[in-house]
Amino acid sequence: MVKIDGIGNGNSLIRARNLGKTYHRGSEELHVLQGLNLDIEPGDFVAFMGPSGSGKTTLLNLLGGLDVPTTGNIAVAGEEITSLSAHLLTEWRARHVGFVFQMYNLIPVLTAFQNIELPLLLTKLSKTERRRHVDTALSLVGLAGRSQHYPRQLSGGEEQRVAIARAVVTDPTFLLCDEPTGDLDRKNADEIMDLIDRLVHEHGKTVLMVTHDARAADRAHAVLHLDKGTLVEGTGKPA
Amino acid sequence: MKYLALVLANLRRKKVRTTLTIGSFAAALFLFCLLIAVRSSLNQGVEVAGADRLIVINRVSLMQPLPISYRDRILRVPGVTAVTFATWFGGVYQDERNFFPQIVIDPGAWRQMYPEFLISDADWGEFMKDRQACLVGADTAKRFGWKIGDRIPIKGTYIPGVWEFNLRGIYRGARPSDDTTQFWFRRDYFEEGAPAYWKGIVGWYIVKVANPDAAPRVVAAIDDSFSNSPWETKTETEKAFAAGFVKQIGNIEFLILTIGAVVFSTLLLVTGNTMAIAVRERTGELAVLKTVGFGDTLVLWLVLGESLILALVGGTLGVLVAKLVAPRISGFMYGAKIFLPLANLLLGVLLALVAGALAGVLPALAAMRLKVVDALRRV
Repeated sequence: MVKIDGIGNGNSLIRARNLGKTYHRGSEELHVLQGLNLDIEPGDFVAFMGPSGSGKTTLLNLLGGLDVPTTGNIAVAGEEITSLSAHLLTEWRARHVGFVFQMYNLIPVLTAFQNIELPLLLTKLSKTERRRHVDTALSLVGLAGRSQHYPRQLSGGEEQRVAIARAVVTDPTFLLCDEPTGDLDRKNADEIMDLIDRLVHEHGKTVLMVTHDARAADRAHAVLHLDKGTLVEGTGKPA
Repeated sequence: MKYLALVLANLRRKKVRTTLTIGSFAAALFLFCLLIAVRSSLNQGVEVAGADRLIVINRVSLMQPLPISYRDRILRVPGVTAVTFATWFGGVYQDERNFFPQIVIDPGAWRQMYPEFLISDADWGEFMKDRQACLVGADTAKRFGWKIGDRIPIKGTYIPGVWEFNLRGIYRGARPSDDTTQFWFRRDYFEEGAPAYWKGIVGWYIVKVANPDAAPRVVAAIDDSFSNSPWETKTETEKAFAAGFVKQIGNIEFLILTIGAVVFSTLLLVTGNTMAIAVRERTGELAVLKTVGFGDTLVLWLVLGESLILALVGGTLGVLVAKLVAPRISGFMYGAKIFLPLANLLLGVLLALVAGALAGVLPALAAMRLKVVDALRRV
C-alpha cells in the first residue's frame, strides 16, 4: 500500500522523507518538490500524474538516483541512497533500477539484443550467461525473433518492448517508467501497459510510472497527483 | 573486450566521417614516416660512422686534395693503427640523374678499415687481379641490374674521359643502415687514366685509431704535424665529418620537425573536432548509458577508445604504406638508400596513438562530466 503521510508501516521498499528539490535560475529559486513523503511497498504499481512542470519527472529522477535532492532523504530496501557518492550511486542504479523512457532511448547502432545486453556488460556474467538473460528478456516482451533487428527496423511499440526488456534484464529492485506510452498509439499503448501489468502481477515487480494518460494510470494500484511540487492527493485508484 | 562491440558500432555510425578521419591519420603518418626515412637516409653516415675512425681532409675544403706522402706520416702518429685514402671521382653512368658515389680506393687497407662492408674473399681476389675492376654496393647493383662480369662505362665530369670498369664483386652491409650504394675502383687504374696533376694526390685519408677515447689527442697530433705546410689538414671523427656533410644540405632536422609539428597539430584539430561532434551528437545516448549504470570513467574510456582505434587503424595504415613506398623514392634522393627501421615504424604508431589520445581527451572528458538529468532533458 502506497502512503504519503510520512509515517509508513515499516514495510516500505522505497521510503522518501521531507523530499525537496530546488533549482536556481539566476537569483530566482524554483522549488520543484517540497517536503514530499512517500512509502512504496514491494510489488506496488504506482502512477504519478499531474500537469507539466509539477515535478513528476524530477521525483522519478530522485527516486532513481539520477539526481540528488536538495532536502530530505530516500532509502531503498533499507539503503540510504541520498548520501551515496556519484560513483556509488551509479553502481546502485545499475543493480536496483530499471528505466523506461517515453522516447525508448535505444542506441540506434546496436541491435535489439545488444541494447538489452548493455546493463549486463556491467556485471561479471559470462558471454553465455548474458546471452541467456537477454534471450529470456526478449521472450518476456514477445520479441524472441527480433533480436538482430536494429531500432530503425522495429515499430514504436516494439522499440518500447526492447526498452522494457533492457530495463528488466538485470532483474532490478524496481522499475521507473517515464511516460512509457506517451509516444505510442492506443493499441500499442495498451500492449505496453499489458506488459507492465504482467511484470507487476506475474513477476512481482515494483513499478513507478509517470503518465499523462489516465487509461494507463488506471492500471496502477495507486495514483498520486503532483501539483506545484507536493503530493496533493492520497492513495487510491483514480475516479 | 566486452565493450568493443559498442565502440566499433559507434565508429560504424558515420562511415564516411570515420573513413575520412582514418584517412587523416594515415596521410599524416605516411608523411611523417617518409620524413623520418629521408632523415635517416641523410643521417645514415652519422649513425653508422665508426667510433674508431678519423677523416683527414684538406683544411681549405674537402674539394682540395692532400699529398699521398701524408699516409706514412699519419701512420707514424702514436695511437694510429691503420691509414687508407680515397678520392671522389664524380662520374656519370648513362644519365646525370643516375647518381651514386664513385670512389677511388686504396685496396691495401680498405677491407681492414671497413669491416662492415661484406665482400667474399673470392670477389676481392678478382678485384685485386684486374686493374679495371670495380666493386659496387648491393643497392646500386640492384638499381641498375648489374651482375658480376658486366662492363660498366662511367663518364668523367671534372676528370675527363669515359672510363670502363669490370664488375668483379658486390658488397653488402653488415647492418641494414650501412651504405650499399658506393662504387669503388682501384687507384692504379685511376692514376693511369687521370691527368698528370692527379698523380701523387688523394681526396682524403681515413685513419683507424687504437683507442676511440684517445681520438681527440690523435686528431690534434695529426693536424699539428701538418700545420704551416702548403696542405694543412683538418681531422675529425668520422661521425663529426658525416654530420658536417649533412649540415651542408641545410637544417634538415629543423625542417622535418617543423613539418611534423604542423602535420600533427592539424591532425589534432581535425580529429579533436570530429570527436567533439561525435560526442555532441550522442549526448542522449551517453546519458542513457549513464542511466543504466555506466560510470563516468567507463564512458570516458569508451569515447577515448574510439579516438584511439581511429588513430591505431589510420596510423598503422599510414606507416605500412610509407614502408612500401619509402624504398621506391630512392630515385628522388639520388639513389640514396631510403628505408624505415622497425623502431621508426613503431614510433610512428606510438605517435598516432598519442595524437589520438590528445584529440579524444577533451570530448571524452565532456562525456564523462555529462550530467544525466540535463542530457535526458535534451533527448
